[in-house]
Amino acid sequence: MSTLASVRTPVPPRVWLGIVLVGAVLAILPFLLGMVGQSWIRTLNFALIYVMLALGLNVVVGFAGLLDLGYIAFYGVGAYVWAMLASPHFGLHLPFWVILPLGFVLAAIAGALLGAPCLKLRGDYLAIVTLGFGEIVRIFLNNLDAPVNITNGPQGINRIDTFRVGEFAFGRTQELFGFRITGPEKYYYLLLFLTIVIVVICARLQHSRIGRAWEAIREDEIAAKAMGINTRNIKLLAFAMGASFGGIAGCMFASMQGFVSPESFSLTESIAVLCMVVLGGMGNIPGVILGALLLSVFPELLRAVVVPLQQTLFGDVILDPEGIRMLLFGFALVLVMIFRPEGLWPSALRRRELRAAKEGA
Amino acid sequence: MQSRTGFKLLAATAATLAAFAVTPAAAEQVVKLGFAAPLTGPQSHYGEDMKNGLTLALEEANAQKIQLDGKTAKFELISRDDQADPRTAVQVAQQIVDEGVQGVLGHFNSGTTIPASSVYHDAGLPQIAMATSPEYTEQGFNTTFRMMTSDTQQGAAAGEFIVKDLGGKNIALIDDRTAYGQGLTDQVAKAVEAHGGTIVAREYTTDKANDFTAILTNIKAKNPDVVFFGGLDAQSGPMRRQMVTLGIEAPLVSGEMTRSETFLKLAGDAAEGTYASLAGVPLQQMAAGTKFEEAYKARFNTNPGVYAPYAYDGAWNMVMAMKEAGSSKPEAYLPKLASLQRSGATSESIAYDEKGDLKEISVTIYQVKGGKWEMVKTMVSQAN
Amino acid sequence: MEILLQQLINGVTVGSVYALVALGYTMVYGIIGLINFAHGDVVMIGAMVATTLVVTFVGGNPGAVSAWVVVIGALLVAMPVCMALGWTAERFAYRPLRRAPRLAALITAIGISIIIQNVAMMVWGRNYLSFPHIIEPVVYQFSGARISVLQIIIIVAAAAIMGALMLIVHRTRLGTAMRATSQNREVAGLMGVNINTVISAAFVIGSLLAAVAGVMVAAYYGVAQYTMGFILGLKAFTAAVLGGIGNLPGAMLGGLLLGVIESLGAGYIGDLTNGFFGSHYQDVFSFIVLILVLVFRPSGLLGERVGDRA
Repeated sequence: MSTLASVRTPVPPRVWLGIVLVGAVLAILPFLLGMVGQSWIRTLNFALIYVMLALGLNVVVGFAGLLDLGYIAFYGVGAYVWAMLASPHFGLHLPFWVILPLGFVLAAIAGALLGAPCLKLRGDYLAIVTLGFGEIVRIFLNNLDAPVNITNGPQGINRIDTFRVGEFAFGRTQELFGFRITGPEKYYYLLLFLTIVIVVICARLQHSRIGRAWEAIREDEIAAKAMGINTRNIKLLAFAMGASFGGIAGCMFASMQGFVSPESFSLTESIAVLCMVVLGGMGNIPGVILGALLLSVFPELLRAVVVPLQQTLFGDVILDPEGIRMLLFGFALVLVMIFRPEGLWPSALRRRELRAAKEGA
Repeated sequence: MQSRTGFKLLAATAATLAAFAVTPAAAEQVVKLGFAAPLTGPQSHYGEDMKNGLTLALEEANAQKIQLDGKTAKFELISRDDQADPRTAVQVAQQIVDEGVQGVLGHFNSGTTIPASSVYHDAGLPQIAMATSPEYTEQGFNTTFRMMTSDTQQGAAAGEFIVKDLGGKNIALIDDRTAYGQGLTDQVAKAVEAHGGTIVAREYTTDKANDFTAILTNIKAKNPDVVFFGGLDAQSGPMRRQMVTLGIEAPLVSGEMTRSETFLKLAGDAAEGTYASLAGVPLQQMAAGTKFEEAYKARFNTNPGVYAPYAYDGAWNMVMAMKEAGSSKPEAYLPKLASLQRSGATSESIAYDEKGDLKEISVTIYQVKGGKWEMVKTMVSQAN
Repeated sequence: MEILLQQLINGVTVGSVYALVALGYTMVYGIIGLINFAHGDVVMIGAMVATTLVVTFVGGNPGAVSAWVVVIGALLVAMPVCMALGWTAERFAYRPLRRAPRLAALITAIGISIIIQNVAMMVWGRNYLSFPHIIEPVVYQFSGARISVLQIIIIVAAAAIMGALMLIVHRTRLGTAMRATSQNREVAGLMGVNINTVISAAFVIGSLLAAVAGVMVAAYYGVAQYTMGFILGLKAFTAAVLGGIGNLPGAMLGGLLLGVIESLGAGYIGDLTNGFFGSHYQDVFSFIVLILVLVFRPSGLLGERVGDRA
C-alpha cells in the first residue's frame, strides 16, 4: 500500500514548519548539551553512529528481510580501513576523500562476499551463518599480526588521525569566530551530515524499484522470482548497501575515537544494533532512528538517574546501577516485544500485517 | 544531604559547648579524583579490588586532613564502570572529565586505558593507570603514569626466570589473545630466546574459554620443560587442572593475574607448584605493606587481591604530589608527580621515569606451596 | 596416534555437553520456530545452583559425604529450578508472542537472556564460583591417551539421557504429540493435542537437559560464573544448526561433531597449515566447517530437504 504513494501529494505547510523546528533544534543541540557536560555530546555522537549502523542493518533486515547477525563485521572493516590508512601503523596518512570512498567500497565488497554463500539459506540458518562470518572477521582482525602485521592484533591501532579537511581538524578544540568549539561538537555536525545523507539514500532506495524488489523478496521470494526479479542480485545488493553504510560508520568511529581494537566489534554489538532496528520498527526509517537513539542514550540516562535517585531515597547506593541498567534493558526488550512486537514506530504496512496476523486464524 | 547539615549543626554546637578553646576547623574543599575499571562482567573482581585499594588510600588521606590551596582536602572518588570495553571507556572518561576531577586513577585494562588517556591528556589531567601495555606510555603524553611495571619489564623477568632458574630449555607458550595476555607472552618469548631457550610450541586461546584440552594435548606432544600462560586466572585455574589430568609434568608459569586467590580456588590441588610473577617486592617484606594488608582486611573483611596494593600506592602518589605542590590543581602538582620520590606499600623507592613508567623494576616470582602463594625470588628486570 | 586419540576423547566429552544443550534448542525450535537465546543462561543457572549447593554441603569437610551423593543431590535441586525457569519464560514471555513475527520472539529471548544473567549477577556476585574438587581425579590410561572418570561419566550419562529422550519422543503419547505439533501445529490442535501443554513440555524437558549439562560443565571445568552461558549457548546452537535444526538426532550428531571438530581443529591447525594459522583460529575453523556444510546442504546434516521457502 505504501508503494502507491508514488503519486506525489504536496507537502502541507505544517510539515515544513516541523522540519524547520527540528532542524533548528538539531543545529544548536550540541551547545545545549555542552552546558550539561561534554560527555553528553559524545554520547550523542555515538548515538548518531549507531543510527547509521541501524539504518544500514535496516536495509538488510528491514527492507530485504534477511536476518543478519554478523553485521558488526562491516563496521569493523570500515574502522580498520581508516585505522590502517591514517595512522602511524603503516605510516600512511591518506586524506579522508581517499579513505571514505575506499571504506564504502571495501565494506560493500565484504557485504557481497558474506552474502554470496547465504543466498540459498532459510531464515535461521542465515542467522547463524552471518553470525559465523561476523565472528570470523573479528577473529581475523584479532590475529592478523603474524607473520605479517596487518591489524596489530589485540593491541589495536592507536593514534589514528582525526578527520581533517585541509587544515581544519575535527578532533581538536578550536576558536572559531570568537566561539570556542570542541572536537566532539565539530564531529557532531559531521556525523549529522553523514546521517542525513544516509537517511536520504535509504528513503530513495525504499521507494525505488530496488526497494520494491526487496519488499517483494521479503514477502514471498518464490512469487518475486516468478515476477522476474533477479533475487540473487537483489539480495547481494541488499547485503552490499547495508554493509557500506556500516563501513562509513566504522570510518567515523575510528577517526573519532583515535583507537580501534577488535574487542569493539563483537557479537554483542551486532545484537545491540539488531535490537535497535527491531525495537524501533523494522523497515521504517523514522522508527529505526528512534530505536537507535533510544537504545544508545537510555543506558547513559539511566546511569545519570539511578545513582542520585537511590542516594536521595536510601542515602546510599544499594543496588548496583550497572546491574540494574542491564536488568531494566532486558525487561524493556521483553515488554516492548510482548505488547508491541511491530516496534515502537512501525510503518503502517507492518502494523496492518501484524494486527491481521494477531486477530486472524 | 539532610544528614550532612544536621551533622554540621551538631558539630558546631558541640564545639561551642566545649570547655577548651577549639581552633575553628579550616574550611573544607572537595578534591575529586576519577576512577574507572570493569565493575561488571568477567573482570569485575579485579575492578572491585582496585577500587578497594583506592578507597582505603583516600580514606586514610582524608583522616590526615591534608591542607591544599589553603583548605582541608576531602578526597572523593568518582567511580565509573568501563566494562573493559574501549568505547564505553572513552565515554566514561569524558564523563569523569566533566565531573571536574583533578586527577584520574584508572583505568585497569590496557585496551581501555589507551583510548581514554587521550581524553584525559586533552583535559590536562594527570592519570595513573594499572595498564601494563607498553603503548600506554609510548604516546608521548606527559600525563600518563603507571601503577605497576609494564609487560616489557615483567615479561623480561619471567622469561629470564624460566630459562635461568627453572632451567627450562624447551618452553611452550600460551596466550589468551587479549592485549594483556599477548603483550606479556610476547615479552616472555623474547626474553626466553635472549637467554638461550627454545620455544617449542605457541598456542592460543581466548579470555572466555574454559576448555584447553585440545591445545594442551598438542603441547604435551612437544614435551616442554615449562609452560607459560599469559592471561586471566579464570583461564589459568581450569587450565592447570586440565594440565594435570592430561599428565603434563611441566610446571605452569604465569603473570600477575594468576597470582590470586581465585586461581588457587579454581585450580584446587592442581595449583601446587605453579609459578607467577608480580611487580615489586612481597608486601610482607615492607613495613608499609604489612600495615596495608591489615588495614585492608579490617576495612573490607577480605584479603587484598593482586592489584589493591598498587592502586593504594598509586592513589598515595597522587595525594603526595598534591601535598608537595600544596595544591590540587593539575598544572601545579603534575611536575611534582613526575619527580616524585617516596616509599610505599609495594616498594621502598617509587619514582617515575620521563615516560611515566616506574623506575624501579623489581619483579618477584611466587610459587604455590601448601596451597598458598610463597615468594621464591625477587629479580631486577633487565628490560629498559 | 595417541594424540589423535586424546583429542578425540576431549572432543567427544565436550561434544556430549554441546549435544545435551543443542537438544534443548532444537526441541524448542522444532515446535515453535524460536531460537531460544536464553537457553544457554538456563544452563548457567543449573551450574550456579549446583555449585552453590555442593559448596554448602561439602564446604568444611570434604569427604564427609560421598562425592557422588552430593553431586546427585545438587543435580536433583538444579533440575527443578531450571525446569521452573524454562516454564516461566515460556508461559509469560514466549506464549504471548506465538503469532508475532519470529524476530520479535528472538528479541524477547535476548531480553530474557539479559534478565537471567543480571539476576544471577545480583544473586551470586561477579566472582567466579569454584566447584569443589570432590570428584576423585582418577585417570585411566590406554594407548597413550588418558581419560578421567568424570569424562567417562559425562559421555555415558549424556548418551543415556539422549537415548531416554528418543524413547520419550517416539514411544510415548507426549512424544507423539510433540512430533505432531512440530509438523503442523493447527492440525495437531484439531486432533485433540493440547498445544500449550506440548510446548511447555518441550521447554521443560529442554531445561531439564540444560540443568544436567550445567552440572556437568561445573564439575568438569570446576568453574561457574554468570557470563558462562552465552558462549556455551552459542556453540550449542551452532551444533544444532549443523545437525539440522528441528531434528533431534541431528542435534546430537551436531553436538558431538562440533566438539570433535573443535578439538581436532585446535590441535592440528598449526601443523596442517605449517604454522600459518595457529590455534588462535580454532573458532574460525568450526565456523568454516559449519558454513561449508550449510552451503552444500542448506538444511544441515540430517535436516529435511525443504524446498525454497521465503
